[in-house]
Amino acid sequence: MQHTRWLAVSIIALAACSGGPRSSVTAAPEMAPPGSGDREQTADQQVAQVLSRLTFGARPGDAEKLRATGVDRWIDEQLHPERIDDAAADRYLASAYLTLGQTPAALEQKYLPPGQLQNQAAARGGLTRADSAKLRESQQGLRQMTMEVQSARVARALMSERQLQEVVTDFWLNHFSVYEAKGPRERYMLGEYENRVIRPNALGKFRTLLGAVAKSEAMLFYLDNWQSQADSARPRLNAAGRAVAAAGRGGRGAIGAGGRGVISPLGTPVAPVAPGQQMAQRPRPGLNENYGRELLELHTLGVDGGYSQQDVINAARALTGWTIRGAQQGGGFNFVPQVHDAGEKVLLGHKLAAGRGIEDGEDVLDIVARQPATAKYIAFKLARRFVSDTPSAALVARAAATFTRTDGDIRETVRTIVTSAEFFARRAYRSKVKSPFEVVVSAARVLGAQPDPTVRMAAMVGQLGQPIYGHQAPNGWPETGDQWMNTGAILNRINFGMTVAAGRLPGASPMGFKDSDILQTATRELQADGVIHALLGGDASVETRAVLISGENPLAKDLPPMGDPPSDPTMQPPAAGRGGRGGRGGGGGVQPLPAIRGLQLVVGLALGSPEFQRR
Amino acid sequence: MQRRYFVKSGAVALATMGLSPTFLRRMTFGMELPAVQKGKVLVCLFQRGAADALNVVVPFGERAYYQLRPAIAIPAPTSAARSALDLDGFFGLHPSLAPLKPLWDRGLLAPIHAVGSPSNTRSHFDAQDYMESGTPDVKGTTDGWLNRYLAASGTCAECEVSPFRAVAMAPQTPRVLQGSSPTVAMDALDQFAVRTGGDAAARLESLYRTGSPDLVHGSGREMFDAVKMLKSADPQRYQPDNGAEYPRSQFGQRLRQIAQLIKSGVGLEVAFADIGGWDTHVNQGGVQGQLAARLDDFAQSIAAFTTDMGDKMENVVVLTMSEFGRMARQNGNGGTDHGHAGAMFVIGGGVKGKKVYGKWPGLAPEQLFEGRDLALTTDFRTVFSEIATGHLGATKLDTLFPGFKTGPRLGLLG
Repeated sequence: MQHTRWLAVSIIALAACSGGPRSSVTAAPEMAPPGSGDREQTADQQVAQVLSRLTFGARPGDAEKLRATGVDRWIDEQLHPERIDDAAADRYLASAYLTLGQTPAALEQKYLPPGQLQNQAAARGGLTRADSAKLRESQQGLRQMTMEVQSARVARALMSERQLQEVVTDFWLNHFSVYEAKGPRERYMLGEYENRVIRPNALGKFRTLLGAVAKSEAMLFYLDNWQSQADSARPRLNAAGRAVAAAGRGGRGAIGAGGRGVISPLGTPVAPVAPGQQMAQRPRPGLNENYGRELLELHTLGVDGGYSQQDVINAARALTGWTIRGAQQGGGFNFVPQVHDAGEKVLLGHKLAAGRGIEDGEDVLDIVARQPATAKYIAFKLARRFVSDTPSAALVARAAATFTRTDGDIRETVRTIVTSAEFFARRAYRSKVKSPFEVVVSAARVLGAQPDPTVRMAAMVGQLGQPIYGHQAPNGWPETGDQWMNTGAILNRINFGMTVAAGRLPGASPMGFKDSDILQTATRELQADGVIHALLGGDASVETRAVLISGENPLAKDLPPMGDPPSDPTMQPPAAGRGGRGGRGGGGGVQPLPAIRGLQLVVGLALGSPEFQRR
Repeated sequence: MQRRYFVKSGAVALATMGLSPTFLRRMTFGMELPAVQKGKVLVCLFQRGAADALNVVVPFGERAYYQLRPAIAIPAPTSAARSALDLDGFFGLHPSLAPLKPLWDRGLLAPIHAVGSPSNTRSHFDAQDYMESGTPDVKGTTDGWLNRYLAASGTCAECEVSPFRAVAMAPQTPRVLQGSSPTVAMDALDQFAVRTGGDAAARLESLYRTGSPDLVHGSGREMFDAVKMLKSADPQRYQPDNGAEYPRSQFGQRLRQIAQLIKSGVGLEVAFADIGGWDTHVNQGGVQGQLAARLDDFAQSIAAFTTDMGDKMENVVVLTMSEFGRMARQNGNGGTDHGHAGAMFVIGGGVKGKKVYGKWPGLAPEQLFEGRDLALTTDFRTVFSEIATGHLGATKLDTLFPGFKTGPRLGLLG
């Protein structure tokens, strides 16, 4: 064992001595894998490329395992997550979180929305002490839910053996973005959205995924479709699903503002006065186009996908009545015929006959999922995620062709992209800038970190500018480097690297990387090459290597003692509420980090280097 | 000269090193654009949670006001200490806003009433989204109106690409500043520093000063220049002028740091800060209580800022906003629920103050919006447009507020 490690280090030393424009410090000889003659990247670059694009970063030993398996076989294995044992991650997640596995309805029953509690109290004549306690408990429960989904998201990305599924899940959660602070109810729905709607369908058929999203409480709530109803001039259905004449003229404005007598999408009368948070969500009868529009613009066809405003309206009309069952009835998707617009509609040239119910919405999803514009748009976004900020038209066309040929099979579309010559081209190598999520998780993985059951590790993602479930607008986080890179962002990333190197990333030791024990007492050059090997995939610029080597060469006895990472007061969980708005911690300064030196400093420099910001 | 230093070592130097096209475009974008008014600063303050406008700028001349709010109304001005502060015989300020009253008296403060978003949403999320994107009822807008201003107007030839042109004193970039133009978000000025000393910091810097110039290296170099610029401005040693005393609150400290940035000459043009705690559904209080405490912090912080800025307020406009107002009638919990139109304040040397702007819609039952809320008579984009053009010198209003037809001007600025 010891022998092998020393061998690795001596190979590092040899490689470093050989010089050359890049200090490639890899242990294996370069050779192209079989059947990959059109790949420009070296064998080692291919390993690095696969680990940085199809996983959230290499853990200690991952590169060796991948090399032993072979790049192509490894990709094929990862494309079939159902065949990969992930019990350890599942067990951990089931044990570490309280609210994660519960349905939105169960959570809502347990932690009533604060507005509802206030209303009930008001109806009884004011808040009692018991009401206040209950209110606090419910507010704390809501905070807990957000923190748990954020923490669990990072933990799974860190631990899962099904890395490609996690990367694609991240892609779809961003494509079908929802926002935790849309309203208190959104928080009940996030765990289910991620775990039962997105992840199981991440590599399945696009139409299945689209349908699951369309019927998810999280999306119905976020984009308001749950309260979208037929305008009053339109024919509706009765409870039996038969078309009935329009309720009368007058449109939305004619309904009493107090809400008296209004039928909610749940088919029950809305309380005459529904103040508080509920007021914001009180169904206002009439068509709501939000989901219809984003379905076309963001989820399927793309903004240039060739649809009209009339298509938006008609998609929204077809989806009226797609709503959420009340928590007391068990929650979940519900179709309410009485508020469905049963008139005839035309979408993208397809006629939807009058007098129908839920099949209107299903047809809309069928139509948009199979549009050529959708194939192209999804192919483009996947290619941009996996290959380059500006993927070639040829690659996008091939991926779109796969999408169309396989009836929207995401697995096969991804396969086309990640086995392409473009994916293994020289110009694709390290061409992407990591998102903040990728920065944090890849740092944790490269140091072999344990998952953090608190929200602290996840909060670091937010501090780097990408709070989890914290993107307000429905378009999701940016995917291109120029949008992630600016003065503030690079400063935060460098400081994050120094924070990690100082032992302040919960669960991670800065010495957790491969062969760190041997390197502690090695020469500075060996330390630099060992860190480049372990943290930067064995590839750093000459300049970066020179900086890592520069400075004093400390003896092991000067190293600060390594223990459990102390807690960092600046990395506390964000305050409750509105995704970092208002009431977060004081405007006070930043606690200085303890001085670090020696190998620990080399780690900090590597994590703060330009190379680590890329993938 | 600080600015020149940055341009020289920053943008120009970077431009000669063959940076990535996207990065270059961003860096040089400003150069071709018309110069804006030099040295003008806009400070945007967002009261998140929907401030109760009717108890902030109190329509004490309206009898219905007292009928709607028997328990929480602010009494009409009397000699008693805790009553509305008379402005014009009809409106008065909440007594907690006393620190702002001298600004009114000097003609520097202009309240606008019955102003807000034409959208009838009563969702905090949607309404904040609309006020920050500047596009009511359009969800798909990806950038904020202030970022569109930054992108469309460029800066003067010498002071362009200051990394501190647009700063949010906030943990994350707020919606209103999101977009293609670079902005900086920070919790505190001393956070804008490399969190390590001496040797380590110098070596981190050399990681970015050497190596092939690209997007990542370019951002790094720009950042190290910016950190130096801020350091030489020496924010640690800052002493407010004119005896200004900022509250110890988060909001107060953020305003103090905005004043520091303005005075340090790093090229700040747009600043943003927010203050929460306005969602007063329960026990909001009247002349005292929850809302009064929020207003204490709000008013003391802004008053300290204007005192600190002194004559420099000639070039500064402070603009306050909240996503909507609250219901005209108090609710069963001694609070108020989500409403419609609200109130804003515009403060500055160039403001035509000592006048309450906006048409007053009245509070009689038939005058209320949807039978319950203060009706809207001024679109918030009218206010934003006047300040963007009149103060900052913006020209492309159709870019800032697509599809918005400006109504009659309020004439807020001289």
